[in-house]
Order: sequence, then structure tokens, then C-alpha cells
Amino acid sequence: MTFKARLGGALLAAALSTTAFQGAFAADDTIKIGVLHSLSGTMAISETTLKDAMLMLVEEQNKKGGVLGKKLEAVVVDPASDWPLFAEKARQLISQDKVAAVFGCWTSSSRKSVLPVFEELNSILFYPVQYEGEESSRNIFYTGAAPNQQAIPAVDYLAATEGVERWVLAGTDYVYPQTTNKILKAYLMSKGVKEEDIMINYTPFGHSDWQTIVSDIKKFGSAGKKTAVVSTINGDANVPFYKELGNQGVKAEDIPVVAFSVGEEELAGLDTAPLVGHLAAWNYFQSVDAPVNAEFIKSWHAYTKNDKRVTNDPMEAAYIGFNAWVKAVEAAGTVETDKVLDSIIGVSVPNLSGGTSTVMPNHHITKPVLIGEIQADGQFDIVQETPAVVGDEWSDYLPDSKDLISDWRKPMECGNFNVATGKCGGKGS
Amino acid sequence: MTTRHFFRILITLLAFAFAAPTFAQGNDPKPLFDQLADANFNDAEKLVGQIAATGDTRVVPALNAFAEGDLYFRKSDKAVFAAKAAASQLELIDPVTGESAGQVAKGAVTKIKVNNNLRRAIRAALGGLTLMSPDRGARLAAADAILRSPSAEALELVEAALAKESDRAVKARMQEARAVSLLSSDRSVEEKRAAIETIGKLGGRDALGILNSVSSSIDASLKPDLEAAIASIQNEQQLWDMAQNVWYGLSLGSVLLLAAIGLAITFGVMGIINMAHGEMVMLGAYSTFVVQQVIRENAPGLFDWSLAIALPVAFLVTGAVGLVIERGVIRFLYGRPLETLLATWGISLILQQGIRTIFGPTNQEVGNPSWMSGSFPLGGMTITWNRMWIVVFSLSIFVGLLLLMKRSAFGLQMRAVTQNRRMASSMGIRTPWVDAFTFALGSGIAGIAGVALSQIDNVSPNLGQSYIIDSFMVVVFGGVGNLWGTLVGALSLGILNKFLEPSVGAVLGKILVLVLIILFIQKRPRGLFALKGRAIEA
Repeated sequence: MTFKARLGGALLAAALSTTAFQGAFAADDTIKIGVLHSLSGTMAISETTLKDAMLMLVEEQNKKGGVLGKKLEAVVVDPASDWPLFAEKARQLISQDKVAAVFGCWTSSSRKSVLPVFEELNSILFYPVQYEGEESSRNIFYTGAAPNQQAIPAVDYLAATEGVERWVLAGTDYVYPQTTNKILKAYLMSKGVKEEDIMINYTPFGHSDWQTIVSDIKKFGSAGKKTAVVSTINGDANVPFYKELGNQGVKAEDIPVVAFSVGEEELAGLDTAPLVGHLAAWNYFQSVDAPVNAEFIKSWHAYTKNDKRVTNDPMEAAYIGFNAWVKAVEAAGTVETDKVLDSIIGVSVPNLSGGTSTVMPNHHITKPVLIGEIQADGQFDIVQETPAVVGDEWSDYLPDSKDLISDWRKPMECGNFNVATGKCGGKGS
Repeated sequence: MTTRHFFRILITLLAFAFAAPTFAQGNDPKPLFDQLADANFNDAEKLVGQIAATGDTRVVPALNAFAEGDLYFRKSDKAVFAAKAAASQLELIDPVTGESAGQVAKGAVTKIKVNNNLRRAIRAALGGLTLMSPDRGARLAAADAILRSPSAEALELVEAALAKESDRAVKARMQEARAVSLLSSDRSVEEKRAAIETIGKLGGRDALGILNSVSSSIDASLKPDLEAAIASIQNEQQLWDMAQNVWYGLSLGSVLLLAAIGLAITFGVMGIINMAHGEMVMLGAYSTFVVQQVIRENAPGLFDWSLAIALPVAFLVTGAVGLVIERGVIRFLYGRPLETLLATWGISLILQQGIRTIFGPTNQEVGNPSWMSGSFPLGGMTITWNRMWIVVFSLSIFVGLLLLMKRSAFGLQMRAVTQNRRMASSMGIRTPWVDAFTFALGSGIAGIAGVALSQIDNVSPNLGQSYIIDSFMVVVFGGVGNLWGTLVGALSLGILNKFLEPSVGAVLGKILVLVLIILFIQKRPRGLFALKGRAIEA
């Protein structure tokens, strides 16, 4: 019994340590920032890496002397892949730990869950993952790709370079793939693709039996027109999907698959030799040939003490978001939310692909779109790079959002201004 | 002058003999290769065509290397080489002569990038170059390559090769390749009609794609033939689709069976609601990962045996963990199902987070041995080797378990204890140990299921969670306490799922299956095969 009690105590302590520890040593000469990424549960697979990346960025900034002469201190919490818990933890970070800004979230569900908290308590969230758009909040900065910074250039590439005329839009059944596919379908049809040349398919989270779907794709592809798959399949389900593609002999030369959620990290659990030539569209690849990237990879390997750890696109987005925040705080001379919100618009910071990214008035950023082909070593060969693209929050291809724009500068200060009616407010208000 | 002239004629003649009449130009391919250093993808595609047009078969290895992404140019002089890794350096190989050009550091050369278009162009070029290769396999591959990327230009090449070919299988494949190429050429309607017939007989999805692709450009008088050929392939394909669906169902069923069969013992026979069952499967998968890591580092030659080695390891590891859980927690909770549920749920979370702490939250790569990769055609179906071995494997586990339960002393004691604990105890059976070992057996079986599932699913700390619901569903549907019920339940759920999926989609299909099971349980609360008579105490 005593043993059990001790075991229980130890577990409880372990569970609490992440929050309690870092909270306990807070001092006045530090600026606190929150890191809100799942360290347990289904999303831990993706989000843990981002937590490590944030801690590394904070450590490096402190080596450079911190911000405003104060050291930065990261407060790490674990929302455990539980969407309502994200809101609770966000509230705790802002009101109890008094953090100046929060870096976090991965899924759109978690972002939607914390959005009202950030607006109510007037704090700042930097969201580092590609998402479906159709949102613009005064308190959130979207440093990942909007659909026009990822999906649409990828489709353009396939149509132009590979002559694709028939499209399979395959995705996991939740908000990001559904909205993206809606936008893509409208876009393709505006380019003259017929409805019967588009096949849309959704699968549940963590789907592992892809036999039927891969064989359906093969069937769809035997209509005599060049066919490609546009995949918005979510993280975990990709490994069995690609394994099935490889085993059923679907080669990239016949039916290429372009993915928006598959990066270096996802490929790490996979033998990529049968997948060479399948594509991904991101704003960053580890294989980018730029000195700033080489530097970043070097410090990442040093920080994780593992030279096999890969870097990926959300890490770059976190890097841009963090540096933009630091620069805005330096410019404003304070970490006060309203002042930082004013000073951050127009801030330009280097991105990892060798250019610069600018924070736009719609709280999205500019960055180039890269198309890469999977290589046998699990990395991507970049086959196309566009100039920097401005993130478009309200898609121009959806009927109920094409008239909306967002501009958080004074005097407009509106996230969903309708240019047709000339009024602030509309969908998503 | 005359000698030079003579030589040129000789070279031309030689080239004729080597490759196609139209392609013989006798150029040196070496400068063409060197131009690749500065070429963009479009230029490179043209260069590949020109390299192939020299008809020089010595370039085949270099083109292969190019398709594999192993072609580099030297930064100092932009000379192009094929390269292979030699220790930490790269060994440069002349693309034409195949001679070694010494070793260089990786930084001294730049890889020449390939994209899908370029890879297609290279494959087509290789097809043309190797049609006359002395190696039978190479000729077959060449014919296949032309079959996949038909073009009018390849037609004469194929015909020339066909005239020389003596091997029957290769000849048949070349006939098909010729028919395919002929359709996009400007040959006579009669020849095209014969070609359509050949392709129609070939059958399958690829043939369908080829016929469909020419349907818009073909001569109007051939339209009826073409449509008839397409319709006949589609008819045939429909039957095969049915068969394929049954196979997919069996395959999904066998995965369900694998996941559920351990639970059929711990939950079915012993009546323990074991929420940590999925984590046993996960531990089995991680054991496979560890075994593979050890093999990769110490004895790479054994890699194809890694799964066979992982089986006993996974069984022992998860069996031992099961034993500890039973002795440490579950035995205090017999007869209290709710507490058991909560305790095992807690254990499952501890195990997940433990694995996450040790191995990290990301997926681990478990390789497929060569005999589990790829697929083979069976009539009009494609059967992948990994699915096929998993069906075999799960059925043999089932048979093995059945024998253990019905034919061994341990099986007898196990059944005695679950059917009437007090009487078994009076007969001198040490019931607590039988309980412990039964639970360990169930856990061990879950572990070896994990070895198989590591081949088709993610090896991550969440692996178990995705199977726990399905496992309970199968056991309850099949009838608690009955192994045959689990078998029939798993296979019928698999097939039902796969027949629903094409028509209603994967998401709705899953929901429908769940609804059907709920309705079924309303009608027959004890599942498909209810235990009769004095069953386990409720």
C-alpha cells in the first residue's frame, strides 16, 4: 500500500513538473512567453518537435542578450491533444503565468478552441502550421501557409509541368482538408476542369487500411488522362497510405501524389525508396540550399544532441513568428499587447529559404512556395520555387469569402471587411 | 579521306546493328552528358532524347544512375559523372566508358536533379536502348517501359527488335508494346484495328487507360472496335473488382482478428476488461523495432529474418509485462469490472507515456523485409505480399491458439478455471497462477500481433489506441468466450466494411458497421456464438 501511494505520488509529481517547475522560478527581470504544444496524446508526434524548437529559439535569443535587456523564459504547458484543454491552458498561461505572447497549437480545432481566450484576455498567439484560411483574428498571427501559399501553387505546378487533367482530392475528414478541397475544387473548375475529372475522398483520422482507396485511385487513373492525387491526409495516416501506394506499385511517374501535410518528420518513419518522385508543397524544406538554413540545422542538431533529427516547415514558421515578435517588441520598447500589435505589422525578418518574410496587415506573412520531390534518403529535392507570396486569409475562390479582406491597421482594424458592402463584418464575425 | 569515309560508314552500319535505323547518328554522347550540368528540366529532357538517339548502349548504366538521382557534376569543371557512395566519399564513374574517375569529397560535386517528367523520359529512352540487350530480363523491362509510355517514335524500334526476338514471353510483351505504340502512330486503319484487338486481349487497368487515352484522337471508323474493346475490359474488370473486394475484406478481417485474438483470451475467456490491450500490441511493435535496430547495427545480413526473430522476443516481452500487470494490479480487482476498467486504462496511459519518454513521440521506422514488399498479380487483381502474409499469419495464430486451448494440459486447466473456479481449485489446480499465465498468454499474443501490425501501420506510442475499440467490437460481436466467434466476427466485419466502403466512403462505412453491430447486439446480446450452459460467471 505504501509503495502504491509513493508510486501515485511520483506519477502526480511527474505530471505536474512541466508546469510547476518552470512557473516556480519566475523572476522580475525576465519576460515570459508561453509554449502551448501537446506533449502527450495523438498530436504529440508532431507538436513535441515544435516545443523543442521554441525552447531552442529562446535559448539562442538569451545567448544574444534576451529582449529589451531581459532574459526570456519559456513556460511550457501540455494540453495533451485535448481541444478544450487548449483553451484552459491558454487561459492559465495568460492570466496566471502572465506571459507576453504564446507560441502554439497545431490543429485547426485547437486554434479555434483558444481563439476566444486570446481575444477576451487580449494576448498574442503565433500559430505556426499550414491551415485552411477563412479566419483572421486581431490576436493571432498565422505564420504557416494559407491555401494560396501551398495548395494552389502545387496544383498549378502539376497542371503545368506534368500535364495533369484528372484530380483525386484525398483527405482526412476534418475542417482543414474539407475547406482546402472546397477551395481547390472551385479553383480547378474555374480553370476548366470538368466535375467528372475530380474525385473527392475522405477517410477517418488514423485510417490504416488503404487497399480500397488506392485501388479506387488506380481505377480513376485509368481513364486515359494524366491523373494526380492531391493529399490532405493528416500526419499519422500517411505512413500506411504511402506503404500501400508503394506495395501496389503506384509510381510517381504514373500517378504522382502531392501532399500538404507530409514533411521530413512524417517521412522519418518510412522507407522512402518506393516513393521517390511523389511531391510535397511547403514553404521550407530541410534541403534548402541557403547559409541561414545550414546554420539553423547545425544549431538544431547541437540543441537536440542528435544529428539525425530533421527540420521541417512548421519549425521554420515558428522561427519566423518568434523573430518577428522579438523585432516588434524591440521596436515597441514594451511587451504590452496593443503596442506590439501596432509595431509588428510590416516587420520583416529573414526566413530559412534565404529571403525575408514580412508580417502583413492581415496577420499573415509573405513567403515563397517550394515544391519538392521525395528522395530515397527521406529528404526533398526542390523542383520549383516561386517568389514570395502574400498569405490570403479569405479565399478568392469561395463564393461567401471572395469579397472579404482583413486589415488590422488603424483606421480599418477589421478582420472581415466586406468590400462589396463596404462594411466590417460578415462571415466569421 | 577515303579511310575516314569508310570508317564513318562502318560506324553508321554498326549503329544500325545496335539500335534503330532512325536513331543511328554515331555521335559521341559524352559532350551531351556534360551539357546536363547547366540544363534546366526541359533542356535535360531534350538532352536525354539526344543521348538515346546516339544509339550508344554504353550509356545505359549512366542513364539508370540519372533516373535514380545518382548523376553529379564536378563543381570545378562541370564534367558530369555517375557516382556511387564509397565510404564517406563519392566514387565518380565516367558516364560513357564506365571507368572510374577517382574519388572526391561529397562537397566537390553537385547532384543533377531529376523530376517525374525527366524520369519518364529516361525510362522511355532506356526502353529504346535496351530492346536488343542480350539479357532477357532487360529486354522484358524495355518492352514494359514502352508499354507504359507509348510513343509513335518507339514503334520502329520495337518492330526491329521484334524481328530478332526468339523468346516467347518477351515476344508477346513486345507485340503488346508494338500495338500500344502503333495506336499513336499514323499507320493504316487495318493495322490499328489489329492493335486494338491485341490490347483488348491484354486486359487490365493499364490497357483500359491506353485505350481511353486514344479514344478522342482515333479514326472514326475505329470507334466501334475501340468501344467494344473498352466495354469488354470493363466487364471483365467488374468481376475481378468483386473478387478484389472480398480479398480486401479478408485482409482487413485478418488484421482485426490479429488485434482481437489476444483480447479474446483476456476479455473473452477471463472476463477482464483490459483497456491496456492495445498497448500490448504497441509493445510488440516496439520490440520489433528494437530487434531490427540491433540487427541493422550488428548483422545486416539477417534483416530478412528480423520478423521471425522479433516474434519470440515480442511474445516474451509483452507476456512478461502482462504477468506483472496481472500479479501487480488485476488480481486485486477480480469481480470488480469497473475498477478493472479504470486501472487498466491508467496502465495503458502509463505505458504510452513511458514509451514516448524512452523512444520519443515520433514514428519509428520498422522496415519491411524484401519478402513482404511489393505485390503480385492474380488474374485481374493485385495482391500485396504484406497483406497476404498477414492473412496467413493471423490464421496460423488462430489455429495454434485453438490447439493450445483444446489439446494441451495448460489449455485444459485454463478452461477448467474459467468454467468453475472452485471445483478446479479443489482438484489441485493452482488457480491464481493459471489466471496469471492466461493473462500473460493473452498479452503475449497481442505482442506478436504487434509484430505483424508494425508492417502495415505506424509504430508510434498511439498505435494501440487505434485498435482497442475494434478489438472489443470483434470480441463482443463474435460472442464472448468463443475463439471461433472471434474468427467469424473479425472476417465478417472486415468483408462488410470493405463492401460498404466503395459505395458510401470510409467514414460513413465505419459508422454504418458500428450501427449494425449495435442493432445486432440488441437482438443477440451474447454475440454470434453464445456460450451455452454454465458459462463464465457474469
